[in-house]
Amino acid sequence: MIENFDLSLVDWSRGQFALTAMYHWLFVPLTLGLAFIVAIMETIYVRTGNPEWKRITKFWMTLFGINFAIGVSTGIILEFEFGTNWSNYSWFVGDIFGAPLAIEGIMAFFMESTFIAVMFFGWNKVSKKFHLLSSWLTAFGANLSALWILIANGWMQFPVGMKFNPDTARNEMMNFWDVALSPVAINKFLHTITSAYVLAAIFVVGISAWFLLRKRHILFSKRSIIVASVFGLTSSLYLVWSGDGSAYQVAQKQPMKLAVMEGLYEGKEGAGIIVFGVLNNDKEYNDDQEAHHFKVEIPKLLSFLGYRNADAFVPGIKDIVEGGYTYVDENGQTHTALSAEEKMKRGKMALNSLAAYKQAKADGADSLQHASLQSLEENFQYFGYGFLNDPASIIPNVPMTFYSFHIMVALAFWFMLVFIVALYFVYKNQIEKQKWFLRLAFVTIPLAFVASQCGWIVAELGRQPWVIQDIMPTVAAVSQIDTMAVKVTFFLFLIVFTALLVAEIGIMRKQIQIGPKDE
Amino acid sequence: MIDSTYILLQHYWWVIVSLLGAILVFLMFVQGGQTLIYSLGKTEDKRKILVNALGRKWEFTFTTLVTFGGAFFASFPLFYSTSFGGAYWVWMTILFAFVLQAVSYEFRTKPHNVLGKKTFEAFLFINGLLGTVLIGTAVGTFFNGAEFTVNKMNLTNPDNPVISQWQTSWYGLEAVLTFHNVALGLAVFFLSRVLANLYFINSIDDEIIIPKAKKSLLVNTIPFLVFFLYFVIYLLVKDGFAVNPETSEVYMEKFKYLHNFLQMPLVLIVFLVGVLAVLYGIGITIFCKISTKGIWFAGAGTILTVLGLLMVAGFNNTAYYPSNFDLQSSLTIFNSSSSKFTLKVMAVVSIMVPFVIAYIWYAWKSINNKQLTQKELEEDDSLHVY
Repeated sequence: MIENFDLSLVDWSRGQFALTAMYHWLFVPLTLGLAFIVAIMETIYVRTGNPEWKRITKFWMTLFGINFAIGVSTGIILEFEFGTNWSNYSWFVGDIFGAPLAIEGIMAFFMESTFIAVMFFGWNKVSKKFHLLSSWLTAFGANLSALWILIANGWMQFPVGMKFNPDTARNEMMNFWDVALSPVAINKFLHTITSAYVLAAIFVVGISAWFLLRKRHILFSKRSIIVASVFGLTSSLYLVWSGDGSAYQVAQKQPMKLAVMEGLYEGKEGAGIIVFGVLNNDKEYNDDQEAHHFKVEIPKLLSFLGYRNADAFVPGIKDIVEGGYTYVDENGQTHTALSAEEKMKRGKMALNSLAAYKQAKADGADSLQHASLQSLEENFQYFGYGFLNDPASIIPNVPMTFYSFHIMVALAFWFMLVFIVALYFVYKNQIEKQKWFLRLAFVTIPLAFVASQCGWIVAELGRQPWVIQDIMPTVAAVSQIDTMAVKVTFFLFLIVFTALLVAEIGIMRKQIQIGPKDE
Repeated sequence: MIDSTYILLQHYWWVIVSLLGAILVFLMFVQGGQTLIYSLGKTEDKRKILVNALGRKWEFTFTTLVTFGGAFFASFPLFYSTSFGGAYWVWMTILFAFVLQAVSYEFRTKPHNVLGKKTFEAFLFINGLLGTVLIGTAVGTFFNGAEFTVNKMNLTNPDNPVISQWQTSWYGLEAVLTFHNVALGLAVFFLSRVLANLYFINSIDDEIIIPKAKKSLLVNTIPFLVFFLYFVIYLLVKDGFAVNPETSEVYMEKFKYLHNFLQMPLVLIVFLVGVLAVLYGIGITIFCKISTKGIWFAGAGTILTVLGLLMVAGFNNTAYYPSNFDLQSSLTIFNSSSSKFTLKVMAVVSIMVPFVIAYIWYAWKSINNKQLTQKELEEDDSLHVY
């Protein structure tokens, strides 16, 4: 049925959103983290009155400003793309999803843009204390904007606090706090911002290492390394903790994503977590091939992390498609999982009941209207499955999700090690002699960006085909425009953003070469 | 079943969205200024002053645009899904223009910026031209209609579930074929240049730039008045998109917008006071040699004028985003708004707006208390210079 719909339109629209979001996410984490690092450095300056700390603050602030501009530039498009490319989505859930975007504008963006002006134009014009306050408010503003957009994203992964209204054909908000304080949203926020802090800390450590390798700005670099490493290490601990929280939430709310993250096809009790593995790319969900060519596993850890019980059953991809296993929901009740086929059947019933409800209402047929509404409500939790036809279409891209997840986790531990070793050498007062470590710290910078991008690939590819979990698939969310139009804008974005990225890197490199200026 | 709280909230949010739109039009003096950099700044030094004067405000305009988008999405999501998802080329072009702007101030004079200073100045010009003309033209369709259909029951058809569908293959660009739309676009463009000149006169102290800005003010006021008056007069005599409050049926009414002004005297007063304030701001700057306060009158006037126009578009049983293709698909503030609950939540959030305005005011006052001069840009090392 769905073949009539232009699938390449969905693919290009997804491609465009992924492209613009990934470009945006190259800059945002550095902004989020660097804002706090700069604020901490300025605090030390105001406390000690030592002009060297002002010099340090101003150098990192310059890089922050360059990066901030391009983050703004790539960000505006994302907000409007919900409308331009995901029109049906915008109506279907706009009643819930629009609010965080508006609050983000009112609460966060103005705070950010006002106080960043004080940060850059206010030296010598406002008091030291007010300037410092402005730096902190810029950092809070930036992180507050992350909060609202991640609440919106968390809601897509785990829709709560709403009810479908058949008369308006959309979901309507019932409880703002359920949306804003949803455990998935809060965890997502904590995990995302701490990852940003780690990225920014790696950036500062890496650039400072480069200075030390060139024997330039020795004191400046050491001080920067101390602030960044302490900040980075602390953030890493929270990163791991919120990562564990994320995995737990995924296990409860998006079991398919968890299965795909691990390449787990056949569910089992006491499932282990893979430390290193190579997937068998020929594997189909319903054949007998091995899922991995090779793997090193920590036994029982996946069950423990996902369900807080080392012997818990973790459903695999095949189990989720075929159903039949039992699970316990958040209210402690035990259910038998339905097959994708059955969910698709119920989804279609929900769609048909909605159509019947509308027709009955127009005809004034009260009892039919009532019956249709009841059937719609009973089946609404499978609404999105009504748009699907192939049970296998509920499986996300396994290799992309699996490898992204494992690269992300491995790198996170690597970053932690970098911070610990950096602090150790600073403590021993011999960091400038450890050339091997300085080189390693410098080449770790791009890895931080890789890890950060990988995290979003897991979160977003791992939840396909859903734009809103179980309720709306991407195919039903897209705007109906010419595929050609989307292709054209895709390549325009690719060209423009790449050009801006090249310009940004050029400017950053030059500013780093120039180094901190003397007051 | 009439829910008067819901109706009140829908009106409240139309006012808030309109107010944000109106503030945005005022703040687009930044865009207007970007198209004047070369005509007012004949040397590098002068251009530097102009860019720096604008550079301290661009983010403000940008943030207002983003907040306007977010607030429109939250309060009238059907407009968001219908117009953005259909008039694709118009909105995408506007967005591209703003993408280019956002990096240009920061990157323009930085060494090793790869693309070169001229490119970033061209980006600023493109943003100034397309941003103003196309936003004005897009708002023109509020009065002249667009080509779309809305059918919420499409959702039940898995083969083609899209609710809002555009009916031309030009995806919004067809709006430029209606001269009344374009007239509004050009009026916004010239108004933004008028406001930019007033802003320069207010915030820059330079004996070469200021006389040029005064001349430019006059030169841009004339086409602004021509296009604006054409837009308003035609608006008053044209048929409008009226809604029957009993049946929600949309129909064409002769002199609808004139009727709206006459039936809502408060809106008429807001609009007229706005227009007079714009003219007064321009007038005192042209005729009174020393006055630098024109921007405040013209700016406040712009806000009131745009607010008045948008009230006329959306209030008094009028379809604010009409469809020429299918009149009954037209959007009204009633059929396109968020639920009562969401509007209520957002209304609580909007209580913070005065607080936001207050801290913006305070912060700006504390860093911009005197006019920008070449001397300051050259000598003050602590200054962040674009």
